[in-house]
Amino acid sequence: MDFLRPTTLDEALALKAERPGAVPIAGGTDVMVELNFDHRRPEALLDLTGVAELAEWSTSDGQVRLGAGVPYTRVITELGDVLPGLAMASRTVGSPQIRNRGTVGGNLGAASPAGDTHPVLLATGARVEVASVRGGRTIAAEAFYTGVKRNALEPDELITAVHLPPASGAEQFAKVGTRNAMVIAVCSFAVVLRPGYAGVALGSAAPVPRRAAEAERFLVAELPWQTPVPLADSLKRAFAELVAGAADPIDDVRGSAAYRRHALGVLARRALTWAWDDYRNNGGERQCA
Amino acid sequence: MRLNVTVNGEPKQADDVWEGESLLYVLRERLGLPGSKNACEQGECGSCTVYLDGVPVCSCLVAAGQAEGHDVRTVEGLADGDTLDPVQQSFVDAGAVQCGFCTPGLVVAAHDLLHRVPDPSDEEIREALAGNLCRCTGYEKILDAVRNAAATS
Ligand SMILES: Cc1cc2nc3c(=O)[nH]c(=O)nc-3n(C[C@H](O)[C@H](O)[C@H](O)COP(=O)(O)OP(=O)(O)OC[C@H]3O[C@@H](n4cnc5c(N)ncnc54)[C@H](O)[C@@H]3O)c2cc1C
Ligand code: FES
Ligand code: FES
Repeated sequence: MDFLRPTTLDEALALKAERPGAVPIAGGTDVMVELNFDHRRPEALLDLTGVAELAEWSTSDGQVRLGAGVPYTRVITELGDVLPGLAMASRTVGSPQIRNRGTVGGNLGAASPAGDTHPVLLATGARVEVASVRGGRTIAAEAFYTGVKRNALEPDELITAVHLPPASGAEQFAKVGTRNAMVIAVCSFAVVLRPGYAGVALGSAAPVPRRAAEAERFLVAELPWQTPVPLADSLKRAFAELVAGAADPIDDVRGSAAYRRHALGVLARRALTWAWDDYRNNGGERQCA
Repeated sequence: MRLNVTVNGEPKQADDVWEGESLLYVLRERLGLPGSKNACEQGECGSCTVYLDGVPVCSCLVAAGQAEGHDVRTVEGLADGDTLDPVQQSFVDAGAVQCGFCTPGLVVAAHDLLHRVPDPSDEEIREALAGNLCRCTGYEKILDAVRNAAATS
């Protein structure tokens, strides 16, 4: 096995084009588990931790561009105000040691239906930036997840960044698991409210993380946008039903399909309540930090 | 491949390193530093926790090649000669050690916490140690040890 250590993005892309079978490794929190247990023996590892361009974030044109290799700990400490939903999801990943290494790029590369960042990326309307020696392109988050642990990357491509709008309303993420730390989500949920916009997405409840389009349309039409009053129970219940209905869960060791559907409804109701309270207390417009 | 890494302040070289092996394996089997423990090899238990460039990580999840040219500090590098680090001494004094398998990882994680947050709340201690499992103590003595270390240092 070869170990490739590019120090620039161009070098990394050239190596990936030359060796499409090389497996990228960022924080290694997914890749190393597979190597340690002999589940994978790639012809080469392509170490991305030496590529400085991937470990940066910036703001331009009203969007945050978050480099694929920025670890969760930095998302939490440096972007908690600007990307509260992503920071919330990041705080629930693994443990401090895992968050110190693990990255959003790695979460996207692994494309597990249970990955915690996916519902937030979907609900915020994020775009995934990828590149190869042939050039770059961006892919809407909902087009990025193509199957269980499969994504839209071509063999010569690398994920370079995600683009997300900074929060301008309220964002919430919630997940169900057996304890607070170190749990793979039994199911997870994100909701994003901006003036006239609602993003709703679920994780670990279908072969791919997905948006709940009907629930989104329902919120846009039914939320009392002009009058900042608490939400009626009937509205919350109807919303929860639409979210549960958008799921296509399976029975597995972490939970049954019926439990997942039920729990998603509960998460949806609670997270919507928190998000709406936050939204109306901020007068609908959050000043960016 | 040959690996160059600074461990506890000293430049080290390891030969015949397989590219896919972990930093934990290099430390224990090639550099004779068995302080960091191998219990799960999947990031779940934290007994392999070391500082990599000053940041606590599970060394079982760092590929050897990713440590090339970097700085590693293990539990062996915390004491000052024969004088234990205050965190280590507190673990001894509080009786926070039973079989001891989890101890090196907990000591490194607690050491990092007290560096960042000199006077942590109980919630902060629990959160900082959430990635370290202990099967013996029930954690109470470990929490005592961290509180004492915060109070004395
Ligand atoms: C103990 C433990 C607990 C965990 N808990 C959680 C959790 O609570 N929630 C959660 O979502 N995940 C969890 N994970 C999984 C993992 O930490 C996350 O998926 C993390 O985001 C992976 O990031 P990484 O940088 O470590 O990825 P790596 O392991 O380096 O890579 C993961 C995959 O992405 C590919 N890849 C990485 N970067 C790129 C890139 N730039 N371009 C193209 N492909 C790339 C790799 O080839 C690989 O297929 C946990 C893992 C462990 C070991
Ligand atoms: S051995 Fe590394 S976390 Fe358990
Ligand atoms: S003392 Fe035995 S595992 Fe903690």
